[in-house]
Amino acid sequence: MTDSKYFTTTKKGEIFELKAELNSDKKEKKKEAVKKVIASMTVGKDVSALFPDVVNCMQTDNLELKKLVYLYLMNYAKSQPDMAIMAVNTFVKDCEDPNPLIRALAVRTMGCIRVDKITEYLCEPLRKCLKDEDPYVRKTAAVCVAKLHDINAQLVEDQGFLDTLKDLISDSNPMVVANAVAALSEIAESHPNSNLLDLNPQTINKLLTALNECTEWGQIFILDCLANYTPRDDRESQSICERVTPRLSHANSAVVLSAVKVLMKFMEMLPKDLDYYGTLLKKLAPPLVTLLSAEPELQYVALRNINLIVQKRPEILKHEMKVFFVKYNDPIYVKLEKLDIMIRLASQANIAQVLAELKEYATEVDVDFVRKAVRAIGRCAIKVEQSAERCVSTLLDLIQTKVNYVVQEAIVVIKDIFRKYPNKYESVIATLCENLDSLDEPEARAAMIWIVGEYAERIDNADELLESFLEGFHDESTQVQLQLLTAIVKLFLKKPTETQELVQQVLSLATQDSDNPDLRDRGYIYWRLLSTDPVAAKEVVLAEKPLISEETDLIEPTLLEELICHIGTLASVYHKPPSAFVEGSRGVQHKRLPARAGSGESTDSPDVSQSVGGATEAAPTVIPSQGDLLGDLLNLDLAPPAAGPTVPPSMQLGAMDLLGGGLDSLLGGDIGGSPAMGAGLGSTPAVMPTSLGAPPVVGGGLGDLFDLGGSVGMPAGAYVPPKSVWLPAMKAKGLEISGTFARRSGVIQMELSLTNKAMSVMTDFAIQFNRNSFGLAPAGPLQVLTPLSPNQTIEVSLPLSTSGPVMKMEPLNNLQE
Amino acid sequence: MIGGLFIYNHKGEVLISRVYRDDIGRNAVDAFRVNVIHARQQVRSPVTNIARTSFFHVKRSNIWLAAVTKQNVNAAMVFEFLYKMCDVMTAYFGKISEENIKNNFVLIYELLDEILDFGYPQNSETGALKTFITQQGIKSQHHTKEEQSQITSQVTGQIGWRREGIKYRRNELFLDVLESVNLLMSPQGQVLSAHVSGRVVMKSYLSGMPECKFGMNDKIVIDKQGKGGSADDAGKSELGGSGKQSIAIDDCTFHQCVRLSKFDSERSISFIPPDGEYELMRYRTTKDIILPFRVIPLVREVGRTKLEVKVVIKSNFKPSLLAQKIEVRIPTPLNTSGVQVICMKGKAKYKASENAIVWKIKRMAGMKESQISAEIELLPTNDKKKWARPPISMNFEVPFAPSGLKVRYLKVFEPKLNYSDHDVIKWVRYIGRSGIYETRC
Repeated sequence: MTDSKYFTTTKKGEIFELKAELNSDKKEKKKEAVKKVIASMTVGKDVSALFPDVVNCMQTDNLELKKLVYLYLMNYAKSQPDMAIMAVNTFVKDCEDPNPLIRALAVRTMGCIRVDKITEYLCEPLRKCLKDEDPYVRKTAAVCVAKLHDINAQLVEDQGFLDTLKDLISDSNPMVVANAVAALSEIAESHPNSNLLDLNPQTINKLLTALNECTEWGQIFILDCLANYTPRDDRESQSICERVTPRLSHANSAVVLSAVKVLMKFMEMLPKDLDYYGTLLKKLAPPLVTLLSAEPELQYVALRNINLIVQKRPEILKHEMKVFFVKYNDPIYVKLEKLDIMIRLASQANIAQVLAELKEYATEVDVDFVRKAVRAIGRCAIKVEQSAERCVSTLLDLIQTKVNYVVQEAIVVIKDIFRKYPNKYESVIATLCENLDSLDEPEARAAMIWIVGEYAERIDNADELLESFLEGFHDESTQVQLQLLTAIVKLFLKKPTETQELVQQVLSLATQDSDNPDLRDRGYIYWRLLSTDPVAAKEVVLAEKPLISEETDLIEPTLLEELICHIGTLASVYHKPPSAFVEGSRGVQHKRLPARAGSGESTDSPDVSQSVGGATEAAPTVIPSQGDLLGDLLNLDLAPPAAGPTVPPSMQLGAMDLLGGGLDSLLGGDIGGSPAMGAGLGSTPAVMPTSLGAPPVVGGGLGDLFDLGGSVGMPAGAYVPPKSVWLPAMKAKGLEISGTFARRSGVIQMELSLTNKAMSVMTDFAIQFNRNSFGLAPAGPLQVLTPLSPNQTIEVSLPLSTSGPVMKMEPLNNLQE
Repeated sequence: MIGGLFIYNHKGEVLISRVYRDDIGRNAVDAFRVNVIHARQQVRSPVTNIARTSFFHVKRSNIWLAAVTKQNVNAAMVFEFLYKMCDVMTAYFGKISEENIKNNFVLIYELLDEILDFGYPQNSETGALKTFITQQGIKSQHHTKEEQSQITSQVTGQIGWRREGIKYRRNELFLDVLESVNLLMSPQGQVLSAHVSGRVVMKSYLSGMPECKFGMNDKIVIDKQGKGGSADDAGKSELGGSGKQSIAIDDCTFHQCVRLSKFDSERSISFIPPDGEYELMRYRTTKDIILPFRVIPLVREVGRTKLEVKVVIKSNFKPSLLAQKIEVRIPTPLNTSGVQVICMKGKAKYKASENAIVWKIKRMAGMKESQISAEIELLPTNDKKKWARPPISMNFEVPFAPSGLKVRYLKVFEPKLNYSDHDVIKWVRYIGRSGIYETRC
C-alpha cells in the first residue's frame, strides 16, 4: 500500500469528490479521503472548504484517522474559528479517555489550535492533565502551558498554571521536569523581570539530579536553563561545574555545547589560582575537538562557537592547531571557519606549520577561500613578528602566479604589513608596481595608492603612477578617491617642485567637481593647510602613524561576553546578539557573564571598560566593519518589526552592541575620557571627569533613541530604562551618580540619583555637558538645593534640550560612507 | 524553538510541511525554495537567514530537510534533531528518498507530532517509538491498560531506550570495534595530521534488564590499576598490529544509556543496553596510531603537455594480516587527453569523468609494497591558472584497530533472571577503515 498516489490528484472538481468521500459510510474510504486532503494541504492547496466534512470524521476510534483530522484542524482552525468550536466536545471527551496516549494527544492538539473560544475550553482539561497520574500526559501538558501562554498570557497567569508548572520541576519523572523547565524558560523570556524561573540552590539541585536521568533533549533544556543561573559564590559555582562536566562525554553535540556554555560561564567565578580551574580548562579542549568529527553542519555550529571560545579563553585550544587544518573535501563553510580559527591560534610555536598550510590553501579552487587564505598569511605576518619575512616572501610568490584575485588580496595585506613594520620590506615595492594595471577592486587599488603615496620618495615614477589613476577619478569608488587625494598630497609634500600641477588638479577634482561631502571636506582641509602653512601640513599629513594592532576582526568585548552566554544558539552562529535577529520581546535581554568572586565589577574588568571606551573613540583593537554599522542604521529604521521589509541577512543583523548593552558599562568604567560632567563639590573641589560624551546612548538602548528622534509618538510614561551607575563612588571621592534618560510630557529629562558615600557633606552641585552627537544640553541649571549629607541620596531631574552644539561622533561619521 | 519543519524534493516541491509556531507562515516554505534550493549554488552556510527567519538545512541524497525558526534557538540541538529525524525515518522505512517519503507521509506526520511538540524535541528513540507508532494505526487500539502504561513509562522513563520483558532463548552479544583512520601527509612523507575516530557498535540480544560493564585498554584505567590488576582480562585479544599495552584516548562520547557521572568519577563504562543494534561509544585518538599504509607520490611535469606520475604504496602491519578493498585515487588535471598506466598488482584505470586514475587491489598482506606508474598526456590550454594538484587519497579495510584499542571485557549481570555472565555468548570483531587518508603531491 503506497500513499504517494495522494500527491498526484490534480483534476478539476476534486474538492466535490473529496467531500463526497469524506461523508461516505465506509471507514476505509473516509480515511483515504482524509489522507488526500492532508496531501493537498501539504503541497499548498487550499482545502479549507472541506472543514466541516473533515471535522465530522473526528469522532472515531481509529487513532490514525483521528491524528490526521487533528493535523487538519491545527492548520485550518484559525481560518474557520466558528466551525472549529464543533471540535471542542471531542477534545474535552478525549482528555478523559482511559488511554493516556489519547489524553495526551487531545491536550497536545488543543494547545495548537489558536482560537480564543477553544482556548477557554482548554483550561479545565489542561488543569487535570497537569496533575494526571501518567507522566506521558503530564509532560505533554507542561508544554501545553507554554502554547497557551503564547496565545493568551493573561489567561495562563489568571488560571494559576504558572504555579502548577513550577511544581512540576519537582516531579518524579525526569522528562516531565525537562519539559516544565523548557516551558518555564520560554515563558520567562517574554517576562524579563518576572521571577518566574526562581532559580535557587534547591531548584538547581533538582535540575542537576534530573540532568542525569532525562533524554538527551531534556538535558539540553536543563543545561540551557542552568546557564541563566548565577551562583552565589565560587564554591557553589565549582560544585555545579563538577556535576555538569560528565555531560561533556555525551554523544549528542548539543548536550556537549550546552554543557560548555554552563562551564564557560561559571568558570568566570572561579579564582584563577584554584587547582580546579586549571583542571576544568584542560577538560574543555577534548570535547571541543571531538565536535569536529561530527557531521559538517554541526561542525559549522561548533566552529562558530570555538571561534568565540578561542577569543575569550585562548589557552584552552592553543595546542590543538592541527585539528583545524582544512581537509580537501570539507564543505566551503567549514573550510572558511577553520581558517579563521587557525589565524587566531597562530603563534610563534606553530607558525611554520600554519604558513605551509596557508600556502597550500592559496592554490585551491574556491575564490573566497583562496582570498581568505592570502589575507590570513598577511595576518600571520602582523601577529607573529618572527614570521613576517617568510610571510612576505610567500606573498611575493603568490603575486608571481598572476592570478588576479590573489594578487589583489596580497597587495591589500602587504599594505598592512608596511604599516606594522615600517621601513623593512620596501624592497618589494617594485614588484607590486608591476601589477598596477591588473588591479580592478577598489580595496586593492586604494591599498596600492596608499603604498605609492607613502613611499613616494623611493618610487621614481610615483607622480606618473598616481597621475594615471587620476584620469578616471570620477569613476573610482569613494575609498579610492579619498586615498588618491591623500597620496597626491603626500607626494607633493615630499617632492614639491615636480608635482605642483598634479596636486592642483586633484584638489580641484575633489572640491569642485565632486558632490561627495567627505571628499570635498577632505579636499578643502588639505587645500587650506597647504596654502596657509606648508610646514604644519607636513607635520599633519606626514606624521608618524600609530602602529596597527596585532589582532584584527576581534569581536567587541561586551558583545563577546554576551555571545559566550549564548553558546550553542543561533546568536553564537551569527555572532550577533539575539536582539539583532529576534523580533519582539524575546531574547532582548542582554546576558552577561558573572563577575569573579570577591571583587567588584568595576575593578575586575578594566580591560572591558577600556576597550568599550576605545570602540567609540579611535578603536585601536576593534574595528567595527561598515556593514555592521550600516546594518545598525537599517535596524533603527525598521523598528516596528512587523513592517520590516526583507533585508539581506548581513545587513539586517545590525551590530546592536553600539546602542544596546555595549555601552552600558561605558560610564561605569571609563573616566579617562574628556572632562564632560564636572560636578563641583564644596567639600571636594576637585573636578571629577566622567565621559558623558554620548549620554543618550548609554542608558536605555533603542527605546529612548526613538523617543528623542520624536518621530514615533510614544505614550506618556513610555519605557524608561532603569537607572544605571554612571559614576561609582570610589572613583569620585565618594559621590555616586546613577541615572537614566526619560521623556516626560514631551521633554527629555535626565534623571539622576546622587548618593553621598563619603564621610563629609557635599554642596554646590553643577553639571556640564560635553558636546555630543545629539546636541543634548541642560535646559536649566542643576537644582540641588540641600547639601548632601553622608549616606543620603537625592533624586534630581534635569530637563534637557537638543539645542546644544552638535559634535559628530566617530560611529556617525562612519555611517555616511 | 523550532517553528516548523519542511521536507522538499530536489526540485523544491514540498513533500512534508509541519508548522509548530504561529510566527512561521506559509510563505516560509516558498522562501526557502526560492532562496536556497532554486539558487542552485554550492551551499555557503547550513544556516540561512531569509527575512528574519532562520532556516537550518541538511540534505540526504536529493532530499532537503529544513527546520525553520524566528527565535534564538539552540542551533546544535536543531541539527542534532534533524539527523535524528533522518535516523528515525530510516529505521521506519529505509532509505530517505522522494518515493519513500511520499509513500509514508501519514506516518511521517504522526512521527513529527510525537517527537516534536511545540518545537521541543521529545523522546525520539526508535525502540520506544515503534511500540506505539506503527504503520498499522489500528493496532494501537488493542493495547491493554498495562501495555499502555508500559508504553508511556518507557517513552518518558529513565530507561527510555529499552522495554521490559525482553526474552531470548540464547543470550548473545556482538561487539564491533570500527575505526576510521585519517591522515594528511605532506609530499615529503611528513605526517601533517593523523587521528583515529572509532566507534564501538554493539548488537545485544539479552533477556531482561541486563546491567553491563565494558572495559578496554584505556591508558588511564590501566595505569590506575597498576600491573597487578590485569588478571580479569576476559576478552583478551591477539588481534591488532602492535603489542601496545594501553592506549591514550583523547576523548570519547557515549550513547545515552551510559552513566556519564560514573564514567567521570571512576572511568568505568556501565549501562543497560538498548535491545538490538546501537552505537555504544565513539572515541578519538591521536597518539601512536598505526598507519596501515604509506603512499609515496612522485609527480613530474614534462613540458607543458605531459605529466609523469609514480606512486608507491607500502603496507605497514603484521605480515600475517590481510588488508582488503584497497583503492588508490590519483587525481589528474582537467585537460588530460590520455593516460597510460602500468601497475604491479591489481587493476588501474583512468576515469575521465572523475578526473582520476583509480587503482584497485583486492588484497594485500602486511609489510609489502606495490607501485604504479602513469604517463598523462595533456591538452595544451591557455588557462593561466595552475592545476591545484588535489591530494592522492586512499581507501582500505584492515582487520585490526589502528588506534591499538582492545576490548578487555564486557560483563553482563541480570540479577532477576537466571543467567550469568558466563552464559552469554560474546563476539568481538575489529575493523579498521580509511577515513580521509590523503597524501599531498
